[in-house]
Amino acid sequence: MKTCLSIMLLLLGLSACSIEPWVKPYERANLADPIMSFDRDPSATSYINHVHEARESSRGAESGQGGGCGCN
Amino acid sequence: MVVTKASSIFSAISPGQPAGKRPGRFQWGLLAVGVLGFCVPLMAAVLPEDRADFLYHSYSGGGLVVNGPSILARKKIGKSVSMWGKYYVDSLTSATIDVVSAASEYHEERIEKSVGVDYLHDKSTLSLGYTNSAENDFVANTVNFGISHSLFGDLTTVSLGYTRGLDDVTSSVDPNFSESAERSKYRLGISQVLTKNMLMGMTFETVTDEGHLESPYRRVRFLDTSAATGVAYQGEEYPETRTSHALSISALYYLPYRAAIKAETRLFTDTWGVNASMYELGYVHPWKQHWIFELRYRAYQQDQADFYSDMFNRISEFNYHARDKELSTLNTSSIGLGASYEFGDKSWRFIDKGSVNLMYDRYQIDYLNFRNELAEGYAPGTEPMYSQTADVVRFFVSLWY
Repeated sequence: MKTCLSIMLLLLGLSACSIEPWVKPYERANLADPIMSFDRDPSATSYINHVHEARESSRGAESGQGGGCGCN
Repeated sequence: MVVTKASSIFSAISPGQPAGKRPGRFQWGLLAVGVLGFCVPLMAAVLPEDRADFLYHSYSGGGLVVNGPSILARKKIGKSVSMWGKYYVDSLTSATIDVVSAASEYHEERIEKSVGVDYLHDKSTLSLGYTNSAENDFVANTVNFGISHSLFGDLTTVSLGYTRGLDDVTSSVDPNFSESAERSKYRLGISQVLTKNMLMGMTFETVTDEGHLESPYRRVRFLDTSAATGVAYQGEEYPETRTSHALSISALYYLPYRAAIKAETRLFTDTWGVNASMYELGYVHPWKQHWIFELRYRAYQQDQADFYSDMFNRISEFNYHARDKELSTLNTSSIGLGASYEFGDKSWRFIDKGSVNLMYDRYQIDYLNFRNELAEGYAPGTEPMYSQTADVVRFFVSLWY
């Protein structure tokens, strides 16, 4: 967990730097398309993750994180 | 033998036992909160859309049938707060290989209730969620906290999450049985815009368990020359701690003719000796104005837990022993199809738009050291390996408002 916090703090620190976004807001039309969501339908994704967790021993880091929620 | 009372969603019970649970199933609460309460938008720090999903789910495979409804709704309050709630039911009927060798079909129900809130401040989103999952002999309570932050001109989203779960485990056949388990889950996620047509995501997650982690029902089998069948049974015994690490990397690429391909891999290891890998490829293809079709293929492979065996040589051969087929060496492959139809427009009074969706997945699960003990004409421990197919259906209606 300490490692995670260190990475977070490092990234937050870097965010203060003036890095020029290489994909401009007006170039993000394709990225904003609903088909470019990792998780368009949270209920459906949640259920299929449940199936995998029930039938397989591995758990954690399932899809549906970091994007999606139909949020785009 | 008739099962007096059974339990557990998607669980299977063991020979000589009425019904059983499998380790890991209680993490459904953790999973639900993780997926629903810790979702963050990819492109920028914005709150999720107001929407409601009405889902019917069905799993049928290996003698197990699970189905039920799920309702999920989100609603913004002001400009900075979004609240969500979920109600989910698993209605289970089981006569799996673990059951039919010693017991009869059983029925049960699990009800899960979740609530959560997301708070947006500048480029950061704070999330808090709570889930209660209740069965007749198993209660799980889970809380989750998450934070995500958008940076580098909204090209990168970093998220951290912590989940804590407390389980109360009882037995439907032993009123004196009462155990508990505690779980913690730590998650780091990074989403990255690579180009104007490509996204990548990476998630690393560590889960720790402590407490009663085995089934109170399931048993292992061992060779016993004094028994008429040559086989006898004893209860499972698992280590009381488990720590696992999982890393997933996924990518989405926008094709020139408005379609998308998705690739994902996930690697897993834990202190029980289970190592696993998963690969998935998907293709999304819109058609005309209202339709979206999907096709996906998923492959999964895992190695057995150190203390798993299909047949032990004698009673209490080792300190720890398990015969849960989900802890055996196995391969899973699946093909999935999906179709979505979008309807409505802003002219509707309360609803901006909606969609009707049907998704179907076909699974083939091959167990490489879990034998089909129901096979006739074989000496104990020499039966053919077990395999099963499963059909998973998700039908749901989504409304945005």
